[in-house]
Amino acid sequence: MRKYSVFAVAREAMRAHKGWEAQWVSPEPRASYDAIIIGGGGHGLGAAYYLAKEHGITNVAVLEKGWLGGGNTGRNTTIIRSNYLYDESMDIYEHSLKLWENLSQDLNYNVMYSPRGVMMLSHGIHDQQVFKRHIHANRLYGIDNEWLSPEQAKEFCPPLDISASARFPINGAALQRRGGTARHDAVAWGYARAASDRGVHIIQNCEVTGIRRGPDGVVTGVDTNRGFIGAKRIGVSASGHNSVIMAMAGVRVPLHSVPLQALVSEPLKPIFPCVVMSNTVHAYISQSDKGELVIGAGTDQYNSYSQTGGLQIITHTLDAICELFPIFRRVKMMRQWGGITDNTPDRSAIQGVTPVPNLYVNCGWGTGGFKATPGSAHLFAHLIAKGEPHRLAAGLTLDRFRSGRLIDEAAAAAVAH
Amino acid sequence: MLLIHCPYCEEERSELEFRAAGDAHIARPENIAAISDEDFEAYFFLRDNPKGLIFERWRHVAGCGRFFNAARDTVSDRFLKTYKAGEPKPQLPIAAMTDETVVETYEATEGRAE
Repeated sequence: MRKYSVFAVAREAMRAHKGWEAQWVSPEPRASYDAIIIGGGGHGLGAAYYLAKEHGITNVAVLEKGWLGGGNTGRNTTIIRSNYLYDESMDIYEHSLKLWENLSQDLNYNVMYSPRGVMMLSHGIHDQQVFKRHIHANRLYGIDNEWLSPEQAKEFCPPLDISASARFPINGAALQRRGGTARHDAVAWGYARAASDRGVHIIQNCEVTGIRRGPDGVVTGVDTNRGFIGAKRIGVSASGHNSVIMAMAGVRVPLHSVPLQALVSEPLKPIFPCVVMSNTVHAYISQSDKGELVIGAGTDQYNSYSQTGGLQIITHTLDAICELFPIFRRVKMMRQWGGITDNTPDRSAIQGVTPVPNLYVNCGWGTGGFKATPGSAHLFAHLIAKGEPHRLAAGLTLDRFRSGRLIDEAAAAAVAH
Repeated sequence: MLLIHCPYCEEERSELEFRAAGDAHIARPENIAAISDEDFEAYFFLRDNPKGLIFERWRHVAGCGRFFNAARDTVSDRFLKTYKAGEPKPQLPIAAMTDETVVETYEATEGRAE
């Protein structure tokens, strides 16, 4: 792999950019691998990268039924933050945030991580109490989070309407300054390039249709549309399709898949300096480096794999955006799309062993998986390599729904999906 | 937005009037305090989350207020049948699932990555 640098850009500028090589190779699959990861999104590609980099396991394949990052990795609103309430959540999201901070250097790929601040609006005394509880919990845990007055919030985000006559009056905000955004495509591509460089096989257009197990129950490989591929260990990280994949191994998981929508506006000049979220009226918004306002809508209420969603979900969010930021009322929306999120009953992810030996699962990231990408991938690689969870992911087990040790971020969510 | 036929009102109404209420035909164990943790997990948390035919509950909250059941395809979101609570799962011909309408999944519209 040739290193990307300012010198590489200068060199290629001198020769009409004819020297760039493919970012990753797409080899024919081998007959078998030490580990197979199902799902070529950020989590899966990242896990393959960390398997190779930190655990020396390079005989690894990532199987992706479509194209890299074509699922939720390329469909989210790219928000990064770690101001969750419970220890288990703070552990993994803060681990992730720390990896985000150095990810571009680590991968030699500009993922455009931008710690521009994530500000959560408080619209009443209840919001204020909940957010202050989060702030205190975060700060006790060593995570930055602070309370802003409405005036400070307006100063941090000038388009915000804080007038007393606003439809949704604001009595303060919680701000995590280290939160921000990153470029989602670059995350998938950067991990793919770095993993491929270490010998990982990245196999697109390869849909898993079955998981085979030996007489002792241990996984032996996967059936795909490109034939059988053997595997000593399998990691499942298939986002909205995790239930479908796990059913192939006879494992039922506590997930339901629902569409989550997002949309972008026409490009504008830089006007929106941060990320703003509002739990109460359900809106979140930031501005991409291309200039589009990136707006996240809500989930549909029913199970679906359709990658679409109801228009009323979008209009509900846009109603709120127009009230919070009247300046955007005449902005045209350009594109809208949906992704299928896999949600757990407690809205916390599952990462751990399964009842099937050597089958590991990374699922249930629901509506907030992008921010977790590096941390989740890093800890998932540890799980696959060692056969047991990393300390920071020890609470995210699949069997917590049997033991009752839930991590109830559902009640503590920043946005009420 | 979905159009949903309420089997009680016998009318097709907008999704705005309805609330989805999870999987149908899940019987609460009568001896719930006595069942094992595994059985409780299976009853309370584990779901098939099918890609394809699902049986689910809906409630016509802004109409008659009653719960009813539906059979729906989770890929096309098309309702195959709605029926009153307490009625058994309908037998649906397989053909009902083969969907002639084009759905904008990325598999359907984008096909294979080049």
